[in-house]
Amino acid sequence: MDWLLYAGDDPGHKLLLMLIAIVLFVVLMGIILFVVDRPRNPTRWFVGFGFTGAALLLLLLGLVYPAIRTIINSFMNRNSTEFVGVDNYVVAFTEPRFLVVLGNTALWVLVAPLVATFLGLLYAYLVDKSRFEAVAKGLVFLPMAISMVGASIIWKFVYEFKPAGVNQTGLLNQFIVWLGGEPQQFLISRPLNTFLIMVVFIWIQAGFAMTLLSASIKAIPDDIVEAARLDGVSGFGMFWRITIPSIRPALVVVLTTIAMTTLKTFDIVRTMTAGQFNTSIVALEFYDQRFRQNEAGLSAALAVLLFVIVIPVIIYNVRQQRLSEDVR
Amino acid sequence: MSTVKTADAVPEAPRAKSDLGGRARKARKALSNPWASTLAVVIAILWTIPTLGLLITSFRPELDIRQSGWWTVFGSAFAGEGVFSLRNYEAALFDGSTNLAVFFVNSFVVTLPAVFIPITLALLAAYGFAWVDFKGADFLFIAVFALQIVPIQITLVPLLSAYVDLGINGTFWTIWLSHSIFALPLAIFLLHNFMKEIPRSLVEAARMDGAGHVQVFFRVVLPLLTPALAAFAIFQFLWVWNDLLVALVMGDLKTFPLTVRVAELAGSRGGDWHLLSAGAFISMIVPLIVFLSLQRYFVRGLLAGSVKG
Repeated sequence: MDWLLYAGDDPGHKLLLMLIAIVLFVVLMGIILFVVDRPRNPTRWFVGFGFTGAALLLLLLGLVYPAIRTIINSFMNRNSTEFVGVDNYVVAFTEPRFLVVLGNTALWVLVAPLVATFLGLLYAYLVDKSRFEAVAKGLVFLPMAISMVGASIIWKFVYEFKPAGVNQTGLLNQFIVWLGGEPQQFLISRPLNTFLIMVVFIWIQAGFAMTLLSASIKAIPDDIVEAARLDGVSGFGMFWRITIPSIRPALVVVLTTIAMTTLKTFDIVRTMTAGQFNTSIVALEFYDQRFRQNEAGLSAALAVLLFVIVIPVIIYNVRQQRLSEDVR
Repeated sequence: MSTVKTADAVPEAPRAKSDLGGRARKARKALSNPWASTLAVVIAILWTIPTLGLLITSFRPELDIRQSGWWTVFGSAFAGEGVFSLRNYEAALFDGSTNLAVFFVNSFVVTLPAVFIPITLALLAAYGFAWVDFKGADFLFIAVFALQIVPIQITLVPLLSAYVDLGINGTFWTIWLSHSIFALPLAIFLLHNFMKEIPRSLVEAARMDGAGHVQVFFRVVLPLLTPALAAFAIFQFLWVWNDLLVALVMGDLKTFPLTVRVAELAGSRGGDWHLLSAGAFISMIVPLIVFLSLQRYFVRGLLAGSVKG
């Protein structure tokens, strides 16, 4: 049994375990489908649950139940033994340390999606009128493929600091020195550090925004553009009065999607500063409170908070979607 | 959540367009603005410089990295000095203190089942919701759809406690299971949408001929769904390979993938850029290859469903 559970350090054992997992799973699915197919005249209910049952069970046990547990735990003390009412939420909303975290999170959610979407939109519009479109889009989109950990390391190197008088190895400080300035330790001064960490996120997400928006710009019917052109609309007017209204639904989707990703992203802050120098955000604080401070109640409250902040974003998304469907 | 309706989302759309539209597009290309082209290329290059800088650094000797910026290699290379080596990669992969080769295997072992299992489960469930007309199907599908908004943070800790109670924590099994669970809502939603695009007459004709649901699933639906499957598989592959949170919470030293190890190096050996730069690229090489070779599918997957729990 232990052999099946723990692979230890042996790579061969690990790979074998991986194959076993896949084969076991295939066998299990085979049995389910075989049973579903067996009766001559199965009821729809039987077949329906045969197909959907495994997934539904997993979702119930692995998503719904744990979420409810977390909500309950958010009203319990640090080791979930005693009911403490809304104490954890009071701490999260009053202690200065957490106010900084909440402030940073608000800054992230307000700034990062807007800037990423704006840059993505500009680039999508620009690239639509240019040659080398595929290559240019590919390069901007490339950061989407790598991990946020990798992206953070790439940018940490750009922000690298060496004292004045020594050769700089970070690109940003080298630029400052070339321009005659003093090299800076970028990641320690608030609020500049939060914005510089945000740059990493924007660098990744702008490619995502560009891809989606570029696709919907291309989907604008040619006759609309042609009619506007005949009416003498051009340049900025074309962008503002034709392009933007035509891709409005896509803009809303991109904006809200990035906003939701922003809330849940903790990899970048963790890799760049580990939340030091007042850069922490709710998603990272959730992790630190649980796994470093052992504050289960507080951590649960922060997780619930993440969920609660997501809801208005989604309501906005759905309402906008409805609106645009009504217009059509 | 919502899907963006675009030309690219339907692979056949460009071909189906009239020849007139194609010519208009070509004409527009010919009229492409040289300023826009230049600016677009310049921005694309600017976007790539940070990555390029770290890539060049990863091939430089440790001492050089400490003493001068990566941009100086261009001068040295012109002067004919040897400036590149693979030593950093060798050290990052095999030295006892970093040992990334081990974590590379872990990344691989974590990712494959975490892609295969949820996709198979989601395929079956999506078929059930789309084509088996059972009571409660609509309600359950909407419930699954709504689960997409649950941030995984809210489920992680109780899920981990459950694994501990079962005595299976710290194994690959919990990581595979967790990734599978978290992927299901989006996967079911997307595959359901693709399945609904299959003409009803096709499925019903097969049913009339006496085919059971299992046969319809394998003979009619699955072959038509291959492009959608490829798109989602790449999406999920990149997501799992690049994941940090699930791996960190559910795993331990025996199961950690590259992301966890490289992030750890960034914290504990933040100044050792010869190891960090090589480590970062070791962790990025597989997603980069997948991305560069299958970009079209990846983009299609992204366009079809832009939300990931």
